[in-house]
Amino acid sequence: MTSGIRFDGVTVTYGGNTVLDSLDLTVEPGEVMALLGPSGSGKTTALRAVAGFVRPASGRVFIGDRDVTALPPYERGIGMVVQQYALFPHLRVEDNVAFGLKARKVPKGEIPGRVADALEMTGMAAYARRHPRELSGGQQQRVAIARALAIRPNVLLLDEPLSALDAQLRSGMLAELARLHRELPDVSILYVTHDQVEALTLADRIAVMDRARLQDCGTPQDLYRRPRTEFTASFVGNANLLPVTVGEKGAAFEGVTLDVPVSGAAPGSTATLCVRPHLVGLGPGPNALSGRIGEVQWRGSTHRLYVEVGGHRVKADVRELRETPALGTEVTVHFAPEDAVLLAQGVGDG
Amino acid sequence: MASPGTGLLERRRAPGAVPTRSDPADRVPATVWPWALPPVAVLAVVFLYPLALVVRESLAPGAYAEVLSSPSFRDALLTTVWLAVASTAGCLVLGFVLALVIAFVPFPGGKAVSKFIDVFLSFPSFLITLALLFLYGTVGMANGIWTDATGDPTGPFRFLGTPWGVLLAEITYFTPFVMRPLLAAFSQMETAQLEAASSLGARPSRIVRQVILPEALPALAAGGSLVLVMCLNEFGIVLFTGAKGVTTLPMLVHSKAILESDYAAACVVAVVNVALSVGLYVLYRGVSRRAGA
Ligand SMILES: Nc1ncnc2c1ncn2[C@@H]1O[C@H](COP(=O)(O)OP(=O)(O)OP(=O)(O)O)[C@@H](O)[C@H]1O
Ligand SMILES: [Mg+2]
Repeated sequence: MTSGIRFDGVTVTYGGNTVLDSLDLTVEPGEVMALLGPSGSGKTTALRAVAGFVRPASGRVFIGDRDVTALPPYERGIGMVVQQYALFPHLRVEDNVAFGLKARKVPKGEIPGRVADALEMTGMAAYARRHPRELSGGQQQRVAIARALAIRPNVLLLDEPLSALDAQLRSGMLAELARLHRELPDVSILYVTHDQVEALTLADRIAVMDRARLQDCGTPQDLYRRPRTEFTASFVGNANLLPVTVGEKGAAFEGVTLDVPVSGAAPGSTATLCVRPHLVGLGPGPNALSGRIGEVQWRGSTHRLYVEVGGHRVKADVRELRETPALGTEVTVHFAPEDAVLLAQGVGDG
Repeated sequence: MASPGTGLLERRRAPGAVPTRSDPADRVPATVWPWALPPVAVLAVVFLYPLALVVRESLAPGAYAEVLSSPSFRDALLTTVWLAVASTAGCLVLGFVLALVIAFVPFPGGKAVSKFIDVFLSFPSFLITLALLFLYGTVGMANGIWTDATGDPTGPFRFLGTPWGVLLAEITYFTPFVMRPLLAAFSQMETAQLEAASSLGARPSRIVRQVILPEALPALAAGGSLVLVMCLNEFGIVLFTGAKGVTTLPMLVHSKAILESDYAAACVVAVVNVALSVGLYVLYRGVSRRAGA
């Protein structure tokens, strides 16, 4: 059986409400695809369409080259892990992990070995005889992952698997998931999250969703460096979005002509300029903008400055300053021409 | 909700209530004790005193020996126990299936049905028997249709006067008492668990057996033990079916006391009946405590 997932114009509606609007997306065999987007954007719905818990109103879902749109969930052979673990409380850890193997009629003799393998892989071998209620949240989630992996699925669906865990545990589990993926290079993973750090860390590609639509899809570097829509630019990495008027060479912002790449944009048109806060420097330099400090946030290793330029706030993340600047101080910030991306107007309904 | 239905339910459910582990004496300060006196006194007057009278009456010389060795008593005991056990089994099976459908199969009006269960619990037990009489009694609808259609003087449906009629009536009446705790348990259940089972390859029948049933066991035990005790003591249903050959312990008490004016014998039977109920209740508490419920 081949792996990989393909959404082919998948539309899902709930009582006349379109919550997934003709989604076209392909997850390659062995690829980790993160579905990233704000709450209610349809991420879980897309995942449940693959698992078979929602019927698309139109469109097809493929796993490998098999059309699974009409198959019930129990015939899809998919591993699924959700935020609330959903372990069977009356079964011991080992029996939870064995559940799928028994359901799929794996020969009796093979089951203990495969249960042990799955528990070994997730570091839970020592807890095989415990009940779920005797485990911490992180341990329960490991068991849930072991249970999903034990059936050796080609496709693994993860719906915010880490969001019930605290921050420290989360980063540890993130590393674990990355390791698991390296150990299982053939498994395609669809990873739903609204946390961009998880998406940037784990994913080979990120699909950005907003309001039932796919907004953008690309490698993390792509989306971060060359976002195609304002939504992606602000949702991934919280970029500065400056409204500019395109000129012959460069673009005008608040009366200042900025030296930025404008290839392809018609002179005289309005557009949005995207600059990452950490690429904005304090002091004079190319593309200098002057303004007053409207707000300062100390973030440990950096200071986030909000500089009022005209009617706009430009965000700048600068290395921690010796002295926190006072509000209202006149400052100049700048950015390198190659660090700016001009977003064409009207892409993706912005 | 303050409907009369739920109020009655709470009272009826008391025997199935989850036992508390801690001894109240551990926690209640001494000054609170005087407050307990009035209720205890009332309890003593209205309940314990008559019970004591019944027990004393039953201790009349030779009463126990006579009653316990009489075939009518042994028949009644046997009938009572098998009717109660069979009714309980029937209620558990039917109640589980119905509750499953109501809880997990989306169908229009499912909510209304679930609400109706509450109302049903408030009905008196003879009402259902009366309804069955209208349907299957000797002059009921089913037989009426038969006699109209065939011209026979009597219809074929006579089972209401047999133990099977009592069994049918008890199952019909007591099934909602099993469904109520089951529906409560099912509503607590995470759909995520059912979905996880499904994605792991389990068909619906396996999900019912291996995921839903184990989690429903405490509710089944609570509902089942409640129904068992209620069936042992049921009087109205047996009386109303008019089943001649079906004599249960409560019926025997009735006939000894009212018809034969043999109070000593009636009290002996009553004591046995009470002992049976209390014994089963204690057994249930022991089992459920060990099960960690
Ligand atoms: N069973 C349902 N009935 C009706 N509407 C639903 C149902 N499930 C989801 N929706 C709606 O579909 C939309 C998308 O929901 P979905 O769960 O896919 O969002 P999400 O992107 O996963 O959000 P979150 O990050 O909060 O989990 C939401 O507006 C939600 O209200
Ligand atoms: Mg979701």
